Amino acid sequence: MTKTALYWLPVAQDWAGVLKDLSQEQDPAALWKKLVQAARLRLDFVQTRQLDRILAAHFGAAPPPALATKPVRLAVIASSTADYLLPSLRVAALRRGVWLQTYTNTYGLYLQELHDPESGLNRFAPSSVLVALDARHVLGHPASSLDRSPAAVLAEDALRRLEDLWGLIRQRFDVPITQQTVLPVFPTLLGGNEHRAGSAAAVLGLVNSGLRARADAAQVDLLAIDVKAAEHGLDAWCDPGLWHRAKQEIHPTAAPLYGELHGRLEAARQGLSSKALVLDLDNTLWGGVIGDDGLDGIVLGQGSAMGEAFLDVQHYALAQAKRGVILAVCSKNDESTARAPFSEHPEMVLKPSHIGAFVANWQDKASNLRDIAARLNIGVDALAFVDDNPFERNIVRRELPEVWVPELPEDPTLYARCLADAGLFEAVRLTDEDFERSRQYQSNQKREALRADTTDLAGYLKSLSMELRWKRFDPLGLARIVQLINKTNQFNLTTRRYTEAEVIQVMNDPRCLGLQFRLLDQFDDNGIIAIVIAVPGEDDAIRLDTWLMSCRVLGRQVEEATLNVVVQEAKRLGARGLIGAYRPSGRNQMVERHYPKLGFHPLAEHEAERTWRLDLDAYAPIETFILTTEADS
Amino acid sequence: MTSDQILTDLTDLLRDVLDIPDLVLSRDTTAADVKGWDSVNHINIVVGAEMRFGVKFRTAELDEIHNVGELVELIARKLNK
Repeated sequence: MTKTALYWLPVAQDWAGVLKDLSQEQDPAALWKKLVQAARLRLDFVQTRQLDRILAAHFGAAPPPALATKPVRLAVIASSTADYLLPSLRVAALRRGVWLQTYTNTYGLYLQELHDPESGLNRFAPSSVLVALDARHVLGHPASSLDRSPAAVLAEDALRRLEDLWGLIRQRFDVPITQQTVLPVFPTLLGGNEHRAGSAAAVLGLVNSGLRARADAAQVDLLAIDVKAAEHGLDAWCDPGLWHRAKQEIHPTAAPLYGELHGRLEAARQGLSSKALVLDLDNTLWGGVIGDDGLDGIVLGQGSAMGEAFLDVQHYALAQAKRGVILAVCSKNDESTARAPFSEHPEMVLKPSHIGAFVANWQDKASNLRDIAARLNIGVDALAFVDDNPFERNIVRRELPEVWVPELPEDPTLYARCLADAGLFEAVRLTDEDFERSRQYQSNQKREALRADTTDLAGYLKSLSMELRWKRFDPLGLARIVQLINKTNQFNLTTRRYTEAEVIQVMNDPRCLGLQFRLLDQFDDNGIIAIVIAVPGEDDAIRLDTWLMSCRVLGRQVEEATLNVVVQEAKRLGARGLIGAYRPSGRNQMVERHYPKLGFHPLAEHEAERTWRLDLDAYAPIETFILTTEADS
Repeated sequence: MTSDQILTDLTDLLRDVLDIPDLVLSRDTTAADVKGWDSVNHINIVVGAEMRFGVKFRTAELDEIHNVGELVELIARKLNK
């Protein structure tokens, strides 16, 4: 197995059979599903090309109908050969159910194509751009021509050229940009203290470290192949023979991983990364079987290599939880037995309070995973499930193909690295809310417990002492607003995605309403949980272009309280009606009846969109248990 | 591995790379004889062979290959070293 293999994906046992089955499938929707499943196998570059050919034959020109994910038109801006990377980019998107079309510039002509409005690149009109420049091109000079200028000066030149390129791309296309980091292909001149040489190797080292801050400042995401080359060794990523023969800087056998790394970024932008890490217990979080070995028999903690390995797994899970991944437990055990280590074992890193949903029983794990998703108010496809037992993994994959189930190495010392390599939780930006989320899910558990104690719903809601604090869009909330708009899938009436620039436009347009809502209660501050954008509509009406809400606050009358605010603000703008629309996306069925429930009257019904209207003159604010306040800006 | 086995495995590889399920190769076959065996696919074939047979070709060795038989013999020499 090559070092760049996608080793967390299951081996393609009968690849010829898979291809045959694909070739016989007639129904487009079923074929797409099967293609996605095939893409979730451990494919090498030859198999990836085979799958891509079938994909191209059926979905080369257009995505399948009613696709729940957003299609991507990716332009690869390359300075050397790039065509051979395209199948892997397409198949990695397919792995996430995303239809991705590619374009790459004619060899060596990316600047000309950017400048020429009639070029293939400009006609393609990408929705995403990947800048894939080879190391020699980034350096900008033959390696031997560098003089005694300090490496920092030369690196600064190279970084400025990249920034100029990003600026040029942004002038043409207002789309996300991904920059490939630079492979360290140049041999050293001095050795360990290369930075004193001002050599090509030293310059590229500085470019790679400088790229991090520059890309952040320019809102460019990185495809960090330099990190991967450091992990796998340069040989796994680059064969100088292939550079000289074909100007292929990235080794073709690494192409599937290259595509995969890019696919993760596209997935993260669409909110398709996993949201919860669901953990088995026995031989996954500790060594041994708690039901047989007992509290003092399981292997966990300092003192043995295996015990430390399981500590590593727990530390990794906890670190992910702290930046916003929800943790859950799914184990075949008696519940009290399974819970005992969490509260009683002195070496446990994970405590009961870290677990957002704890399911231990003797039912099949697929049913339990459905239950966990429901309890956490997230889709089943947002779960990643980790289990040392190959049997359980296979059953879950068969029953719930949308759940990510990584293959685990047999040695638990490698579990944490495998989870990282699988890239299930790829994120492109972090907000304060991400860091707060795990705490919020624990509070959710406390709320659930309170709900169980309280016999009537009204009494429960009242006891929460909720406050909905709203304000217009402001620069401070921008990052969270853009993130919510682009990753909320379920409670999202129209699933319209906005770039940061578009949100700013709404913010600055006095005819538009851009409202953000924060919910506080006796347990915590839930942060910004709802967004409403309204734009001028026909006649005297204002049109609700976006209404979305975090599922964490479902069932708490936030919708009603939000509407009260929207009506009040719409009236202030002189509107006499509110037009609401529902656009089915395949994932937002839960809000199908949102507007009728709030008292809107039906207007029109089309397959792609249903609309309703609310007359504002007759509107009386809905009574809720939520105190509504306008926040100071 | 005998050179006949190598030829069989190599034929499988070329069928996958070139998408010609019924491709038949003989030792005399050259790139010019096979539809789609262009310079781009030549790289895929070479890299695919390195991957499937677990060998590494030197640049000079690749320059000396003119037909399938020479590639089979090169792989055989490397495997039996």
